[in-house]
This record gives sequence, structure tokens and C-alpha cells, in this order.
Amino acid sequence: MFRSNVLVCGGTGCTSSNSEQIIEKLNEEIKAQGLDKEVNVIRTGCFGLCALGPIMVVYPEGAFYSRVTPEDVPEIVSEHLLKGRIVTRLLYQETVVDENTTKSLNETTFYAKQMRIALRNCGVINPELIDEYIAQDGYAALGKVLTEMTPQQVIDTMLASGLRGRGGAGFPTGLKWKFAAANQADQKYACCNADEGDPGAFMDRSVLEGDPHSVLEAMAIAGYAIGASQGYIYIRAEYPIAVKRLQIAINQAREYGLLGKNIFDSGFDFDIDIRLGAGAFVCGEETALMTSIEGKRGEPRVRPPFPALKGLFGKPTVLNNVETYANIPQIILKGADWFKSIGTEKSPGTKVFALGGKITNTGLVEVPMGTTLREVVEDIGGGVPGGHTFKAAQTGGPSGGCIPASLIDTPIDYDNLIAIGSMMGSGGLIVMDETTCMVDIAKFFLEFTVDESCGKCTPCRVGTKRLLEILDKITSGKGTLEDIDKLEELCYYIKENSLCGLGQTAPNPVLSTLKYFRDEYVAHVTEHRCPAGACKALTNFHIEADKCKGCTLCARNCPVGAISGKVKEPHVIDTSKCIKCGVCMEKCKFQAVVKK
Amino acid sequence: MQKRISTLPFHDTPEQAQKLEEVIAGLQGQAGAVMPALHQAQDIYGYLPMEVQKKIADGLGVSLEEVYGVSTFYSQFSLTPKGRNHISVCLGTACYVKGSDKVLDRIVEKLHIQPEECTEDGLFSLTACRCIGACGLAPVMMINEDVYGRLAPEDVDGILEKYAE
Repeated sequence: MFRSNVLVCGGTGCTSSNSEQIIEKLNEEIKAQGLDKEVNVIRTGCFGLCALGPIMVVYPEGAFYSRVTPEDVPEIVSEHLLKGRIVTRLLYQETVVDENTTKSLNETTFYAKQMRIALRNCGVINPELIDEYIAQDGYAALGKVLTEMTPQQVIDTMLASGLRGRGGAGFPTGLKWKFAAANQADQKYACCNADEGDPGAFMDRSVLEGDPHSVLEAMAIAGYAIGASQGYIYIRAEYPIAVKRLQIAINQAREYGLLGKNIFDSGFDFDIDIRLGAGAFVCGEETALMTSIEGKRGEPRVRPPFPALKGLFGKPTVLNNVETYANIPQIILKGADWFKSIGTEKSPGTKVFALGGKITNTGLVEVPMGTTLREVVEDIGGGVPGGHTFKAAQTGGPSGGCIPASLIDTPIDYDNLIAIGSMMGSGGLIVMDETTCMVDIAKFFLEFTVDESCGKCTPCRVGTKRLLEILDKITSGKGTLEDIDKLEELCYYIKENSLCGLGQTAPNPVLSTLKYFRDEYVAHVTEHRCPAGACKALTNFHIEADKCKGCTLCARNCPVGAISGKVKEPHVIDTSKCIKCGVCMEKCKFQAVVKK
Repeated sequence: MQKRISTLPFHDTPEQAQKLEEVIAGLQGQAGAVMPALHQAQDIYGYLPMEVQKKIADGLGVSLEEVYGVSTFYSQFSLTPKGRNHISVCLGTACYVKGSDKVLDRIVEKLHIQPEECTEDGLFSLTACRCIGACGLAPVMMINEDVYGRLAPEDVDGILEKYAE
């Protein structure tokens, strides 16, 4: 037994800001102080509060250190670990009540409104040790399923729980399993979609990095329910840490007999292999994903037949998302009624969101369905920083839409988001302030879709390209009102006629911004003006003569020599030379430079 | 992502050629072998020259069209050589909203190359990548394995200098 446990986040976010070096330094210092028999250092998964990474938590006190640097480590070791004095200066300031008192993490605004089911073990256990997972009731659900339940009972439990697919579409998981179980075949597959492609969403990666066994366990449960003996996890090659931990987890589970032949002496065989993606967004679509596992161009195909009948290698297949799987062991252990009691009637349970963009607490949060956007953005997310105002939240990635400030009190669930023209998607939630141009954002997503359209069907391949061209025209000030109408018409055409989910949802960013921010489109067209000041072609920098003190700072920093003026006299910008880089505006100490 | 095809002359060493032969021999007769072959060939050459794709096609008994179809479909496969230092600027939504396009502009201006290109001296290559998942540190870029977060366009010059030797 160790007297003290030091948990350091080893998720991608914190690793990117040096948490590996911190772990190394910790081990060195602890050894140097002779504490290596008393203090244990554990590399965990993501804590969620990525904005404050790298994160370190010391138990039993629960002291939550944020933005730790390797230079801080000797002080933490000699003060806190050796002498028992918490280094208040380095704590997450939300947890500090006064000099001598701290409150627990669960009382901070970031964590208080959260409820962790899918993320329950992230930041709690060492994901590279199966024993730590088992100590948290890991594989107890698989044991229960194999020894006490029939496949039909498992499917009934899933149906009763009302769990819906967390990958975005929200299809009932139990129903998927029921269909696949009903189809007879010599071979079936239970697969996991870890091809998390929505820019700004990273919950699946965090689950795989922080709690890989929960996914393996749930896949085995799915295999038992539908009668599959083989599973595949299709994961992005861009997630090296997740791939590595997943492989370690699979090896350990095989060693413990929790994967492989005759699991729990029940006669049930199930094994899992990893398949790496190679960077194609469309492979998140289920039929495209399966084609890619088969080694081909990951193009989707027409459904029906659905994968439950003809999936991978033409055999019945269930494919669920990582976060969906992470919920399943808890549903088996605690029951469908418990799960149904959380969230809303039609969307039970919780949802993980990746908060990003113009928000104070960027990171990963898990809240009950039905939590309002306001609670997520203002209470948990800490609001918009830098004195800016909330303009919109983008959900659902390139398939979703923008929710305007007027709808901030909408309770978030699958059906509400669709009703207001967005969608849940995988749970990326990007906050935008008044400096973000909504036409530019629509264009940004269309650029993404044009790049990622696989090219198989014409509405998506050609249609999205045409959408982008019109948006380009508008943002460069050459659009007409007619273009806006054309844009809208084309959107509906693409939605109705595309082959797969990518094309069917690609126009959503345009449609939702048109719905709520049409005035911005109109301003670009009729006034040749970008209200947010983001579209370069429509923005001119100007120095306000009454505010300019003639300090020459702007003129000295202008990279193209576009600013002239005498010392202590107002300066002027030559707009024919100006490249609109904005350096003058950043440098001016008197707010004399404005965008017009 | 639109693929650029390298116009640089293709060179390989006897060791590389032999390794490729071994990879192809090991995969012959397997279903769906094109993707693993391309993954491994890219490990050997750093990118996928047309000459290598031709060898894979011949070796696996599939058409060059099929190999080319797969190699251009997936963004991880590169048809241009990478520089000694590879820069990826994240243009995921979270980074874009925080101005990563301006960081990319600064690099393009500084190195005189477009995304998916390599400098003539082979020192730097550049891509605009999708989310690398470090959204908490936005805007972010990666040079080789190093991640630089919370960037401003002004930071670019100093960072590039570190790799300019």
C-alpha cells in the first residue's frame, strides 16, 4: 500500500503539453527524496479539463494541480509529498477556498453538473493495467451476462434501457442488436467505430486512452447477444496513444481469458482485432467503414441491405460507437431502469461533449441528456473569455449546425437538436463569439466536406463543390441575393439525393446559418460588409484620427509599409498596400485601429 | 484532401527495393492486401512514388488503377516526399475558430510553399491537417512529434528557426 497516489493525465491534450516529462521528473524526485516505497505515480486517462493541462491530482487529499510544469515538480514533491503541505499556488484556483482550505473537485462548477458514466474511469485508473479496471467492477458485466443471462435477455435489457447510438444518428442500440441476432449465419461480427472524424470531437479517443477495457468488455457482450465470435475496432491512425493502449488492453484481456476461447467457462468464444484507418472522414459511415476494413476504397454503399443482414464480408454485423459501448457494462450491472432514470424520456443517459472554441474551460464534459446549452456553456464551460459575447454554438461537426444565442436555453437531446436544425453528432461543441463570421464558418465546413466527399454519388461530389463556390463568391463580396436563394435550393437537393449520411447532412451548416443568421449573408451581398470583420476581402483596416497618438508603433510593425504619418500626428493606412494581416490592430495600445 | 503528385525524380536504394519486394511477397494472395502494402511501402520510402505503386500493383496482381484509387482515397497516404521536418497545422474547427488559418498563412508566406508541398532544400514540408485532438490547446501545430499550442502567427518565425539547421 502506498501512502500517497499521484495521478498525472496521460491523455493526448496533456501529453502535448509535456505531461510525460512531468511523470519522468516526478519519478526522479520521488526517488531522490527516498519516497519511492510510499508514493505511487500513475499515468491516467483524460480528466476532461484540458484547458488547464497538464493536470496532476494527489490523493488522499485530492489536491488538483493545474498547468503544472516540470520545474514545479521538485516543489510539489518536497512540500506536498514529503512535508504534507499542499502547494496552494499551483492548485486549480476554483478548488481553493482560502489559504488553508480547499474544496473537492466535485464541488467546482466544472464538475458539479457533470455525471460520468462513459467517462467514469477516465482520470481515475491506469488504463494500461487490467487489474485497476477489474477493481472498478470491470468485466463483472461480462461475467453476469455469460453466467446469468440469455442472449435474448441481454437484448431485452438494451431495448428497455433506451440507449441510443452516441456516434451521432441516435439509432436505438438494442434494436440494432435485435436485428443482427435474428439473422442466421455461420459467422457474425461485432465491431466498434472508433473513426472519430468530426473536427473538434475527441471523446472517443479519450475513452480509448483512459478506459479501453470498457469498450472491449462491451464488445464481448454485444458478441454474445448477437452470436458473433469476432470483433474489429476500426480506429484512426492519427490516434497513436489510443491504438497503443487498446493493443495493450487486448493482450491483457486475452492473457486473463476475458477474450479468446471459452470465456468464463461458458463455452462462448470472442476475440477482437484492431484495424487502422488511413484518414478518410467518410469511413465513419458504417458501410464505408466496413468496405475499408476489407482493404478497399472506403466508399459507402446503398442500404438496404443493412449491416445487420449483410455487413462486414457480407455477414451480419453490428457496429457501435466507442461512447455507446462505454455505457453498456454499467447498464448491465445497474439495470435498464437505472439508466432510464437519467436524462430525458426519449434520450436516456448522458452525453459527452468536447467543448472547444471561444470558451474558458475547453475540455471534455459528460452531462445528463436534457441539460440546457446554457448550463453547458456558461456554468460548466465558464462562458466566453476575453469580454466577448456568446454568438452561437456549433454541434454535430460538418453534419450539424449552429445554435444561436436566442436558443441557448434549449435542453440538449437528439430530438431537440434536430428540431432546431442541428444535430447531436458525436458531441463536438464549438463556441463562437461575435468575431466569428457565420458565412465563413459555413464555408469552412463546406471546404471540409468537399475534401472528404468520396466522390461516388453526384449530388454530394458536385453539389457540395457548387455550394462552396457560391459561399466563396459571397465571402469575397461578389455575391447576389439570387445566389442566396440558389444556395438554399441546392442544399435541399443535396440533402434529398445523396447516397450516404455525409452528403445528406453536408448542407446543414449552410441551412442552419441561413436560418438564424440570414442577415449576415445579406450584409455580405448587399452592403459588401462582413459584420464580424472576419472575411478578409470585405474588411478594411482604418485608423481613427482622434484616438491615434502618433506613437508610430503600427507603422514600425506593418510588414508591407502601408502605414504612414509623422510622430505625434494621426497615422493613415494605405488600403491599396494593406494585406489585412491585423498586426497594427494587435499592436495599437489606444484601440485606434478598427476594422470597417 | 486534394493530392499533389510529386514531380521530383524517383530514387531508391537497393535496400529499399529489397524491403518492398519482401513486403509484396508476404502479402501475395491475401484478400484486401493493397492497404497494408501501401502502409508498409510508405514506411520504407516516406511517401508513395508512382514507381512504387506500379511495383505493388504488378506484385499483387491488381491494376495500377486500383492501387492508385486506394492511395489517393486516404489522406494518410502521401504522393509527395516529406521534408526532414514535417509541419502539420491543425485546421479543425476548434483551432480554426481560434485563428489557426492565420498561423498557416504565416508559414506559407515564410517558407514559400503551399500545403502538401515540400521546400526545395527538403528541410520542411507542410500539411493542413484535421483535428489532432488537442483542442484544449488551440490553435495547434505539430512539427515532427513536437506539439506547439496556444499559437499566434508571430510565434511561427521563432519556432521554425529552431528547425532550420
